[in-house]
Amino acid sequence: MKKLMIGNQAVAAGLHDGGLGVVSSYPGTPSTEITEFLSKYDDLHSEWAPNEKVAAEVAFGASLAGARSACAMKHVGLNVAADPLFTLSYTGVNGGMVICVADDPAMHSSQNEQDSRHYAIASKVPMLEPADSQEAYDFAKSAFALSEEYDTPVILRTCTRIAHSQSIVELGEAQPAVLKDYQKNGAKFIMMPGNAIKRHPFVEERTLKLQQLAEDCMYNTVEMNSDEIGIITSGCSYLYVKEVMGDSASILKIGMPNPLPVQLIKDFAAKVKKLYVVEELDPIIETHVRALGIDCVGKELFSPLGEFSQATIAAAFGKELPRVVTADSEIPNRPPMMCAGCPHRGLFYTLSKNKITAMGDIGCYTLGAVAPLNALDSTLCMGASISGLHGFNAARGADAEKKSVAVIGDSTFMHSGMTGLVNVAYNATNSTVIILDNSITGMTGHQQNPTTGFNIKGDPAAKVDLESLCKALGINRVRVVDPYDLKACDTAVKEELAAEEPSVIISRRPCVLLKSVKAKPALKVDEDKCKSCKRCMTLGCPAISMKNGKAKIDTTLCVGCGVCNQLCAFDAIVE
Amino acid sequence: MKTTSVMIVGVGGQGSLLASKLLGRLLVDEGFDVKVSEVHGMSQRGGSVVTYVRFGEKVYSPIVTDGEADVIIAFEKLEAARYARYLKKDGKIVVNTQQIDPMPVIIDAAQYPVDVLDELTAKGVDVDALDALTLAEQAGSSKAVNIVLMGKAAKQFNIPYERWITAIENTVAPKFVEMNKKAFDLGYNA
Repeated sequence: MKKLMIGNQAVAAGLHDGGLGVVSSYPGTPSTEITEFLSKYDDLHSEWAPNEKVAAEVAFGASLAGARSACAMKHVGLNVAADPLFTLSYTGVNGGMVICVADDPAMHSSQNEQDSRHYAIASKVPMLEPADSQEAYDFAKSAFALSEEYDTPVILRTCTRIAHSQSIVELGEAQPAVLKDYQKNGAKFIMMPGNAIKRHPFVEERTLKLQQLAEDCMYNTVEMNSDEIGIITSGCSYLYVKEVMGDSASILKIGMPNPLPVQLIKDFAAKVKKLYVVEELDPIIETHVRALGIDCVGKELFSPLGEFSQATIAAAFGKELPRVVTADSEIPNRPPMMCAGCPHRGLFYTLSKNKITAMGDIGCYTLGAVAPLNALDSTLCMGASISGLHGFNAARGADAEKKSVAVIGDSTFMHSGMTGLVNVAYNATNSTVIILDNSITGMTGHQQNPTTGFNIKGDPAAKVDLESLCKALGINRVRVVDPYDLKACDTAVKEELAAEEPSVIISRRPCVLLKSVKAKPALKVDEDKCKSCKRCMTLGCPAISMKNGKAKIDTTLCVGCGVCNQLCAFDAIVE
Repeated sequence: MKTTSVMIVGVGGQGSLLASKLLGRLLVDEGFDVKVSEVHGMSQRGGSVVTYVRFGEKVYSPIVTDGEADVIIAFEKLEAARYARYLKKDGKIVVNTQQIDPMPVIIDAAQYPVDVLDELTAKGVDVDALDALTLAEQAGSSKAVNIVLMGKAAKQFNIPYERWITAIENTVAPKFVEMNKKAFDLGYNA
């Protein structure tokens, strides 16, 4: 059956049809849908873990138990899972194990554009890289056998344009999940020095064997079309090269970026007059080619920044680019922003109004950084708001403690905020932490998490009580506030900043996009009362604009949250 | 046959993913090789969003670049202007005349350009504008703007009317089929 699928759905289908038994993941754009699609199968165990490290360790345990297992994450998630990864390389597997990682060149929804291929090289683990959804299916399905044959986890790398592009997939037959025998084997799985030291030679020998595989396997393919131009490429770069060059250049397509073949590249290079390496992000293949003593054109022509397109290739090979028509008027940007009725807005307004230094975190609420709220001072990585605030306060002392907070979402707090909060209590800075509890993992598209009371399938699950948790971590002052109530927000923030001990404010209201949240009737502006003071405009609500000198509320966007009418001094905003 | 490139552009939340799903499924059923590239995550929060749909005998790249699009279906005026540079010399922009102010305009940090569609027309761009929001409301829901626009754009594809209707029946939830068919017809006949 032929079906149009995004790469992530194809990866899910491939893992399932390859006999997957257990998948554990943490959501992260552009990887999230792999696990969402897997959760629809009832013949395997799927779950959202609190973070990627937990997810990778769950997949390890399932593999140890004899099941084929997987975890999925975005590129920066692999940083979190890097600890288990490097030693998993030593232990190898029992049941096959696949680590799916999705890079985000051009940073459509990320804080950096790191290249995950470095992890495969550094951890000495084989990596596969599909170029479309069919390959995503085929590679994912075949990865388990590769994992078991070579006794190694396998990393399946995609990027946004593979993960979120649909192309046609023809599904094969599904293999039933098999649970292999489990036998205790300390020499292989207890990685204390005496055992690990004996596993390291195995890892090096395995890499040599995988290099042999790379010379002749389904993942690396050669298309000899020309003896003038030869192009070594991989992933979506291959698609752009084919789009522009068609059959006018010879192509070595790398579907296994680690380990890279040696003889295959030497032979290919020997058959062409000029060799190019076309790869997004870092010069991984290029560095390998140069180390073999082969001259090539790479990053001097193809930037390490952002994404490529067919236009990148066309320009590099001197093809004529099409004519472009543009409007003369300046086109204002349209940055993403917090939704109308977003519960984070009231809290951020409070921080902005009181000129508070706010350490931000990763989630929808990162949008609190944009104008007009401009409420954030930093965003680094998952969990860094709380630990960053502690460091900020440790450096600047009491003055900073009275004027600075950390803001972190419920899911991010579960992911890696808790440890930072323990540190605040244990190493005693007088820090104020605000947990923005909107009862869901928002930015990645509404995934359940340990604070929501539901699991990945939407079934009732154990629910973390944030108030009790924060107290148990050593914080005595914990209070809950409704972010739609501006006065309560203001009081809570002022009181907790003034308090002589660390505190947590839980700003609690469910995401307005949740189906369970019913919108109230839209508000409207009484134009006779509106004095055009623009105070309501300081909220940055997309539903409010100025029309003919008066505030106007877009009734298709307004959900009646009532935050703006608390600001209006003239009672001009009415139901 | 040459690959045809379509872009669906708009503001996050306007329903461009459903539009591309409808078009993608229809094109597969018509026997084409198809690629659709979507945007998820950050940009969906009220930002500018773009979906690429490409079809033909064999399609490689999933994305569309400057001067390549045969058709741009724009859910909002400013977005039509933003992506006009992607349009092929003899391409066509089907655009909803709705104006949605972006945050820089709302907070007075930028101006929403006046008559930006006329500006494009004056430069020889084939602009086909309609008030899709009003038509969608007539069909029963302001959310059907996406299907109204697909109806208007349908004539740019050499695919019979009935096949579009079948694709709608196969794509949208059963209880919304009739409303969406009405929305499609209003766009188709506009």
